[in-house]
Amino acid sequence: MSVELVAYAAFFLTMALTYAIMCLGLNVQWGQTGLFNVGVAGFVAIGAYVSALLTTPDTPERFGGFGMPIAVGWLGAALAAGLVSFLIGALTIRLRADYLAIATFGVAVAVQLVALNLEPVTGGPFGIGFIPRPFADLAGNPLAFSLANLALLAAVVVALYLALERLVRSPWGRVLRAIREDEAAARALGKNATKFRLQAFAIGGGIMGLAGAAQAHFIGFIAPDNYVPMLTFQVWAMLIVGGSGNNRGAILGAVLVWGIWAGSAGAFAALFPPGEQARAAALQIVMIGVALCAILLLRPRGILGEERVVSRHLGRLSQLRRAGPQPTDKETSRAGNP
Amino acid sequence: MPKAGAQHGPTSPLIEARGLVKQFGGLRAVDGMSISLARGEMLGLIGPNGAGKTTLFNLLAGSLKPTAGTIVVAGEDLSRRGPERRIERGVGRTFQIPKPFAEMTVLENVLAGGQHQAGESIWMNFLRPGRVAAEERAAVEKARSLLDFVTLSHLEGEPARVLSGGQRKLLELARILMADPQAILLDEPAAGVNPTLLELIIDRVLDLNARGKSILLIEHNMEMVSRLCGRVVVMAAGRYLTEGAPADVSRDPAVVDAYLGGVAA
Repeated sequence: MSVELVAYAAFFLTMALTYAIMCLGLNVQWGQTGLFNVGVAGFVAIGAYVSALLTTPDTPERFGGFGMPIAVGWLGAALAAGLVSFLIGALTIRLRADYLAIATFGVAVAVQLVALNLEPVTGGPFGIGFIPRPFADLAGNPLAFSLANLALLAAVVVALYLALERLVRSPWGRVLRAIREDEAAARALGKNATKFRLQAFAIGGGIMGLAGAAQAHFIGFIAPDNYVPMLTFQVWAMLIVGGSGNNRGAILGAVLVWGIWAGSAGAFAALFPPGEQARAAALQIVMIGVALCAILLLRPRGILGEERVVSRHLGRLSQLRRAGPQPTDKETSRAGNP
Repeated sequence: MPKAGAQHGPTSPLIEARGLVKQFGGLRAVDGMSISLARGEMLGLIGPNGAGKTTLFNLLAGSLKPTAGTIVVAGEDLSRRGPERRIERGVGRTFQIPKPFAEMTVLENVLAGGQHQAGESIWMNFLRPGRVAAEERAAVEKARSLLDFVTLSHLEGEPARVLSGGQRKLLELARILMADPQAILLDEPAAGVNPTLLELIIDRVLDLNARGKSILLIEHNMEMVSRLCGRVVVMAAGRYLTEGAPADVSRDPAVVDAYLGGVAA
């Protein structure tokens, strides 16, 4: 394998992993809690802009450029997006799913318009450039640079995955799923549905903000065009393809859908004459749509689907018990009977 | 008048509702109703269709807020509080149409009834994982014994959506028992349940009452009410009509009248 190919593969995977982080955030909100957030792009944008402002060098024509370390930028991005999610959630989380969708969509459009028009802070349509890239001192060696970035993103994804798995398999995760399945029943069991939904919404939003920051620093440049509703659609497609409710599915879906997206872009560039390529780009969206339909038809729960978690504390015990002889009961055959 | 099975607690009633009114637009579904449930008592609430039983039940359970009147649970005024505050005062409920967490396993459904779990706090899962794990092991043990009690042990790993209607009622019972309530509000436990399973439900409810749980039972099935309850309160048109032992009440002309006049079958 040539060095270019490895470097490209690393670049591709690194981008895919930034989407995987967004997907993990959406999985907390939708997969676990059933919160219908169609404003993913807005929360990603908040993270990207906050981190860019914190870490870029002082720029005379706009606010900030505080020249802080990248880690501070990422942390600030996650906190800012989490805080904004919390505030928006405090206003909207009691809404029914369809109204929450409208509200979050509105938020995402508003964020994008602010990014476009608040030039003194966001740089307006031209965005913010010269965002410091991790391992910038390796830039002379593309292979080392790509691999180092991939390793960093992989470490972030693994850490997030482990933390989220711990939560999913805890009583906290169980309450989220109970609220998702039946809010009235969960409340009758003493669970404060509003509090738990708000927590899940803020954590998911914070993770999306972190993803926005990671992506911004990897590319080195952000503009309002990056945060249009198409991004939200992509992240949703990733989660549905991979398996809503499953953290590994979220990561897998991100890699696969990003693969279709990036792969088809390359194929169309090779297949179509330059004059037709702008129109051919629309086919990328078609490809994602087709993949989505195929998954929904063939595997409605996504490639991996939600696992039946009982508790992270009794894995072996329950396997032993379930492996034992199962008494047959007339009632067991009445599957699906209401 | 109460049957021998009903023991009265030493103190005030567990649930005391006074002058409850619930107005839906122009309709007064509950119109100045008072009811109290003593500790250890098994009380039936009956009445013709449209009498306001389910509305009253939802007021007591906190899923509706009264237009007027007070609900005192274990000495605390919870009239304006939501359903999530009932269980911490010891009052649990089931639903007329069971509400299992369909995609969660049967065991997980029961575990969800646990109270005061450290693992429900995000931070505790990272700061005190040992404590969370120990609590969880104890919770699983308790949940399994409750599943034994309602004879659903063999289904613990199945998603709750595969259960039959009667099994769902049993699962709900186990789930609320996980929260150790002192009183359980049962909303038509017999509705849509096959006779075999109904006997099991009746047996389990009697067992719970014998172990000191107070029970408020809404039921159409008069035979079931007679077998279970020492005292029956009759509601009609949103109001208190009468009360007494089931046998007396079912012979009461006013009650017969309410049923005959109220049911437009």
